[in-house]
Amino acid sequence: MFSVNHPFLYLLSGLVVVFIIVQSAFFLVKAVKQAKKLGISTDTVKKTILSSSLFSVAPAVSILVGVITLSKFIGLPFPWYRLSVLGAVTYELPAATLAASAMGVPVTETVTDPAAFSTIAWVMSLGILSGLILVVFGLKKIQGGMVSLAGKDKRWGEILQDALFLGMISAFVGLLFANVRQGLSGFIPIVVALSSAVLMAVCGLLIKKLKWTWLEQYAMPLCMLGAMALSLPITALMS
Amino acid sequence: MKDKKTAPALSPYENSVHAYGRVFGVIALVIMLLIPLAVSLYFSAWPPLNALLKALLGVLPMYWTVGIIEVFTFVPMLGTGGSYLGFVTGNLTNLKVPAALNAMQAAKVRPGTEEGDVISTIAIASSSIITTLIIALGVFLLGYLQPLLESPVLKPAFDNILPALFGALGVVFISKNPKIAAAPLVFMVVLFMLVPSLSKSVSILVPVGALIAIGVARVLYKKGLLDQKAGKN
Repeated sequence: MFSVNHPFLYLLSGLVVVFIIVQSAFFLVKAVKQAKKLGISTDTVKKTILSSSLFSVAPAVSILVGVITLSKFIGLPFPWYRLSVLGAVTYELPAATLAASAMGVPVTETVTDPAAFSTIAWVMSLGILSGLILVVFGLKKIQGGMVSLAGKDKRWGEILQDALFLGMISAFVGLLFANVRQGLSGFIPIVVALSSAVLMAVCGLLIKKLKWTWLEQYAMPLCMLGAMALSLPITALMS
Repeated sequence: MKDKKTAPALSPYENSVHAYGRVFGVIALVIMLLIPLAVSLYFSAWPPLNALLKALLGVLPMYWTVGIIEVFTFVPMLGTGGSYLGFVTGNLTNLKVPAALNAMQAAKVRPGTEEGDVISTIAIASSSIITTLIIALGVFLLGYLQPLLESPVLKPAFDNILPALFGALGVVFISKNPKIAAAPLVFMVVLFMLVPSLSKSVSILVPVGALIAIGVARVLYKKGLLDQKAGKN
């Protein structure tokens, strides 16, 4: 008997999760060994691991919130798998919605028709594959092409890198302004981002003036969590 | 064979990362096809062809384009190992890319170097493991966690993850290169204020911002208005 929370679906998702952990652990060990060979200090490696882990806690919990959102519609195990491999809530929700509407199934209730569920499963899986296919079969060529794009000028290569980051950052900073026409509450994301930036500037001062070098690796996750905490009073004041 | 001559020689480490990256990547691809297949077989429920095609037609053109754009945007930031891992584990813009950028910045290594590649891989691997474990734990403890995670008190914090992330990340990178940052920033702010509905397709605007930044950087560099010395962080 089909159910969106069938044990078989949990089994499938569980296997995927094991695969992800194995692959990540494999690359982690490999990179740590190589770091040693390159003369990167154990301290830096340890700090990188700790800081990246700390950095991931809040986004991971927000991904979990996405899993819960989708679970009301297609059960718990399937969104668990979709958001553990190459997923992001921003893709998965519209993909599931489109598949459901093609089957004439409402997104407001749990799916009970196995054919509708399998359509959603196929669409959510096939929709996300292009990046992975391109990386698996084309990464070497793409990287070769990028090296020749930067040319022999080393400084220009560095500037090109920085310009690429700034392109990404500017798109997301622009995004903060998308709701300003809604009035005061539309400014909440901007104020939160500013408070995060101010926290970061304070961390920068502490690192430079007071030589708190230990803070370097942890500044980003701490500022992010700090700004998320500040978003509670900011939202209360501005909405 | 032409690219063999022009491509730089890869170190043994890079070659082995490519080899293992491909093996894991192919397994991931197979898994992603086997899962819907297993669902269809186990429940003997196949998607009706016309509904499947209709839904795919709505999803594929946009998603596959974004996927391809993401590869060209993020590969130079993530490096070899980071790309193979990041494009399997996902959540790139909201988690893996910022984690890698932050780690390289803190460790004072540059992307595109072998040191940068190694640090980026370590950051993405640690981030993937923690994220996967937290989600798995959350799924099993859902009964306890759901009221807390869905409480209206905490909602603003989750709504504001991206501003909290890009505020801190932005100030670090913008303050290092204000001249390159100014034009794409102004462009994006004005664009989003004029067309708020674009917020759904921010991934497509990332390469637009990058092209503007690269264009401005090229002009400034040629005019000698940027620091000309290599190795400047």
